[in-house]
Amino acid sequence: MFFNEMQDENGDAREPYENYCKWLKDKDLSSLRKKSREADAFFRRTGITFNVYSEADADERLIPFDQVPRIISAREWSRLSKGIEQRVRALNAFLHDIYHGQEIIKAGRVPESLIADNAALLPKMMGVEPPGGVYTHIVGVDLVRTGKDEFYVLEDNARTPSGVSYMLENRETMLHMYPELFSGINVASVSDYPLNLRRSLSRCAPDACTDKPVIAVLTPGLHNSAFYEHAFLAEQMGAELVEGHDLRVVDGRVAMRTTLGYTPIDVLYRRVDDEYLDPLNFNPESMLGVPGIFDIYRAGGITIANAPGTGISDDKALYSYMPDIVEFYTGQSAILENVPTWRCCEADALAHVLENLEELVVKEVHGSGGYGMLVGPAASKKEIAAFREKLKANPAGYIAQPTLALSTVPVLARSGLAPRHVDLRPFVLVSPDRIDITPGGLTRVAMKEGSLVVNSSQGGGTKDTWVLED
Amino acid sequence: MLGKTANGLYWMFRQLERSENTARLVEAGFRMALTRQASGQNEWASIVRTAGCDDLYRSLHDEYGADRVIDFLLRDSANPASVCSVFQQARNNARMVRPALTREVWESTNEGWLCLKDLLAKPVKQSELPNVLATIRQRSAMVRGAWHGTALRNDIYSFARLGTRMERADNTARILDVKYYILLPTAASVGSSLDNVQWESILRSASAARAFNWLHGGETTPLKIADFLIFHNQMPRSLVYCCADNVRALEELAVLYGERQPSADQAQGMLNELTEQSVEGVFKSGLHEFLSDFLTRNNALGVQIETDYRFNA
Repeated sequence: MFFNEMQDENGDAREPYENYCKWLKDKDLSSLRKKSREADAFFRRTGITFNVYSEADADERLIPFDQVPRIISAREWSRLSKGIEQRVRALNAFLHDIYHGQEIIKAGRVPESLIADNAALLPKMMGVEPPGGVYTHIVGVDLVRTGKDEFYVLEDNARTPSGVSYMLENRETMLHMYPELFSGINVASVSDYPLNLRRSLSRCAPDACTDKPVIAVLTPGLHNSAFYEHAFLAEQMGAELVEGHDLRVVDGRVAMRTTLGYTPIDVLYRRVDDEYLDPLNFNPESMLGVPGIFDIYRAGGITIANAPGTGISDDKALYSYMPDIVEFYTGQSAILENVPTWRCCEADALAHVLENLEELVVKEVHGSGGYGMLVGPAASKKEIAAFREKLKANPAGYIAQPTLALSTVPVLARSGLAPRHVDLRPFVLVSPDRIDITPGGLTRVAMKEGSLVVNSSQGGGTKDTWVLED
Repeated sequence: MLGKTANGLYWMFRQLERSENTARLVEAGFRMALTRQASGQNEWASIVRTAGCDDLYRSLHDEYGADRVIDFLLRDSANPASVCSVFQQARNNARMVRPALTREVWESTNEGWLCLKDLLAKPVKQSELPNVLATIRQRSAMVRGAWHGTALRNDIYSFARLGTRMERADNTARILDVKYYILLPTAASVGSSLDNVQWESILRSASAARAFNWLHGGETTPLKIADFLIFHNQMPRSLVYCCADNVRALEELAVLYGERQPSADQAQGMLNELTEQSVEGVFKSGLHEFLSDFLTRNNALGVQIETDYRFNA
């Protein structure tokens, strides 16, 4: 049975949902549906859309928004946020170690081959000291829940996690639709995220910065699927939104072309992958980056957030070592659990996985966005057979996990309220002296009955996430 | 401000202005076609010329039927100057410069595009045309209204304003240029009133009919119409008004940036030359030559602004 976050076995509201359910009792379906249409119109008008490449005319689509909030109690959140903070500290310490002394390998806690042969390792970052010692300025930690007190970290997103604009706009939409709910229920605010982001990035300014830090958001451009979010964050932070061709290296700084000439940038919040960041240092074909930016970075002339090379910390092949990593750097055992994981590169594990494919979730080590994975219980015999061959051909390219009984929260479906599986991506800001976690995060929900895939690229939706205040 | 942002704002407002002007041109043509069937084709041909897309039109079509021209000007995606195309470009520019826009300006642009995309998804029936054209004008006006009400009066305001005025001056000059042969006094028409429908069409295209009548009490002569659209300094679509406003915007930028650019002198030069002339002089030395010269100089000013403020490089 799946854990229903809203109702217990008797159909009574669980404690965090009590007030909401009381309010919901008086509502009829047709008025809720009307509100859903209003919400869609609100999203369209605001332009909160994502671009779909494959569509003929580069369609802009709405991510389905469901109006039933996902509610987390103050007590639950307090434990989660402690666990998240611990994990994010460990990620940063791990990155610093990997790109410097590699003590964790010397201590035998992580196999050397896993690091040395990993495509996500950026050799050019070896020995580089990022401003303020921060590697992962913005982290998204994907959590799933399987029971009252059972939370797992499904994966860490330490490169360029996206979705925070939905967290903010979902709340705006709810405030707009149901102001009365928020006067009756004490929900922790999320709206200061952009300002916190600005402050957090400012605290990571490089040595070369002498005045108030100049911040810019680097986007691949209008046709990127997350362009809306890039523009949104720049606007909300009061930062410039730049593309590679707006920037160039001038007098040892990275500068942007303004109406008055070139002005240096101190902190670049880049939403461009490492590979495309600098055609002189990385992929020479890249049109999205800035030639020479990495050399300026290395010399302390600019802060790049997140730092290049952070992918080694959220690589799926390393995921199963996270409990060791947390313990190694914090001296404490991990507060948040990992999902049990079989490393297919190990013979015993591979044998077990091949025998139990129909019950497991198998993921590509370098895959993301829910692509290239097998969800055993939902797959056909034919799909499983095909996947078996792929797995045998390249075992090291895969990890496997049990199919988790993801918790559910109701959505407003055609037939009325119906449970659907959810996950949670809290957003974490890291600066030299502090870690800020916005209460809640982005709840993603599989809109199809029974589906466990919550990715927006595959039809998943989102919900407003409430953390209650005492 | 980023050079790219200045570029985006300038073009966003040029494109919005153009969508409105094109709608107004179609409106004038439609009205004319309703009142005199005979010269329909000629009238539509001159409207396509005024819109500045005659070459493209002729490469696609071999006659100037009302439905065909209307479709070409309003919704043809092959026509980069169709209302549909320019409004989409305006919205793309708005997305690009989103951080420089207030929420009101962005939402009115986005909503305008969503509304027009819907409205222009299928060919527009003649019975629906007046409503569609009114909606296009309103959508552009709503963005401008939101901008007037909420934009900071800094460089953001200046570049948007320059875009609007440059496009508007270009448009007014084109309307006059395509119709100049009607305005020119001929042996037969000297001293006589202009053909009612023709002069109304010119004034309507520039949204100036009411203002003109109010100022001139119905006394319609070619000289007065040309004077109004070229030299009247209170008529917001006249060449003098637009030039004077360009000068103001460029001077404000010079103060704000503490650096005066060549475009400010160029704009001032254009204005000085305009105000030294009279409509009688223009008619004497050739209205067409005057207008061609103006269009060339207006274009050159645009190029200078792009260079001065590093729009692209």
